[in-house]
Amino acid sequence: MSTTVTWREIDLGGSVAGGTSEKYKTGNWRVERPVIDYEKCVRCLICWLYCPEPAIIRKGNEVKIDYDYCKGCGICAEECPKKAITMVPEEI
Amino acid sequence: MMAEALARQHRIALTGNDAVAYAVKQANVDVISAYPITPQTFVVETLSRYVNDGELNAKFINVESEHSALSAVIGASLAGARTFTATASQGLAYMWEALYAASGLRLPIVMALAARALSAPINIHNDHSDFFGMRDAGWIMFNGEEAQETYDLTIMAFKIAEDPRVLLPVVVSYDGFIVSHAITNFYALNDDVVKEFLGVRTTGPRIDSDNARSYGVLALQDSYFEFKRQQYEAMENARQVIQEVFKKYGEISGRNYRPLKEYMTSDAETCIVAMGSTVGTARHAVKNLREKGEKVGVVGILQYRPWPVKEAEQLFSRFKRIIVMEKVMSPGARAGPVYEDITATLYPNYNVKMIDFIYGLGGRDIPAQGVIDIYKRGKELADKGKTDKAYFYGVRGE
Repeated sequence: MSTTVTWREIDLGGSVAGGTSEKYKTGNWRVERPVIDYEKCVRCLICWLYCPEPAIIRKGNEVKIDYDYCKGCGICAEECPKKAITMVPEEI
Repeated sequence: MMAEALARQHRIALTGNDAVAYAVKQANVDVISAYPITPQTFVVETLSRYVNDGELNAKFINVESEHSALSAVIGASLAGARTFTATASQGLAYMWEALYAASGLRLPIVMALAARALSAPINIHNDHSDFFGMRDAGWIMFNGEEAQETYDLTIMAFKIAEDPRVLLPVVVSYDGFIVSHAITNFYALNDDVVKEFLGVRTTGPRIDSDNARSYGVLALQDSYFEFKRQQYEAMENARQVIQEVFKKYGEISGRNYRPLKEYMTSDAETCIVAMGSTVGTARHAVKNLREKGEKVGVVGILQYRPWPVKEAEQLFSRFKRIIVMEKVMSPGARAGPVYEDITATLYPNYNVKMIDFIYGLGGRDIPAQGVIDIYKRGKELADKGKTDKAYFYGVRGE
């Protein structure tokens, strides 16, 4: 949501138009970012299955983290059977 | 009453509860959901009979609690339906979090409240503890003194709630048992007159798959405050809308409502303020006091939220003494809620001496002599300047 919208024009009763959740980038909630080591990755797709957001984008068997929405929960790193995902502290 | 206005209505004898149900039937609501609780039960019992007998084409949703009742009505209202629920006492307390959802979502729900004391100890009789408990929930709040007012307010509640400048829920309260269970004569508008007055609901949120929106969204530091500020403005807008609806209803019915009801106030030095069925008792008491030469009048509160600030300021600044009678206690506060509303309205320009009396809790009877006693004691306390605390009337040991 735009932070310039005043109370006079904001939508009625806390409702918002459909499809707007894409505009709400939650990536800045993150304290640590998951980084995939593609050398170790065996494309098992476990991380893609477990990501609750879902912020792991899959194309065929290839995976990529979507940092616009990843909140850094670390579930992917925890579940990766090859320890191919490392949680790296975000710089402030 | 004017002949034209009379032709638009009929005389009928019903209990307060049935008067509400009759108004809701005439308002042609789409969805009703409620849970039985004394002394409100007969409202929804009668409504369920109307639905069962085909007199009202509405969906009646049986639920397992008041929390679910209001939640069901919230869902139906979001879908665009005209909705109604009713409750009292613990039932209203159980609705508490959904009260804020209804107003925050800007839903024109109408609720009847047969006002009753709150537990503990458990008590089924009338006071205004439940009503004042929802003061800050963002609902428009009316109080009907008897069946006529309660019926009229219930019809008008839909009109006010659904006005696009408002879109807020409305509660119409009336005294449990005293009004809810007493059969009285009153004038009801004819069905076609109500139909024309209210029409069908066309405003407010309406879930529509062709124009998909999210309702009940998460709004954090960046937007919650703006939504609440807009909601506050809707309550401010309601002042004007209520005035317009009262006027239009007056033209149709011949009954002209005002937020504050005055009786013998024009030359009064002392004013007794009350709400609910006590207002009628106070008028009777004042009539007796006037015969003995006391310059006293009564103000009854019909519209509590939005608090009629301008009307209250003009009216209450005229008196030397104001004696507020409150059927509610606010432990630890300076005085009761109505006393505080009046002092806040008059601040800082007032010379009036104000006295607050807590009376009638749990249905403790207040006869006319009780009002006379309160007047005499209140006048004495006011003249001695003993305005530093709230007083009790009718409790053993005082």
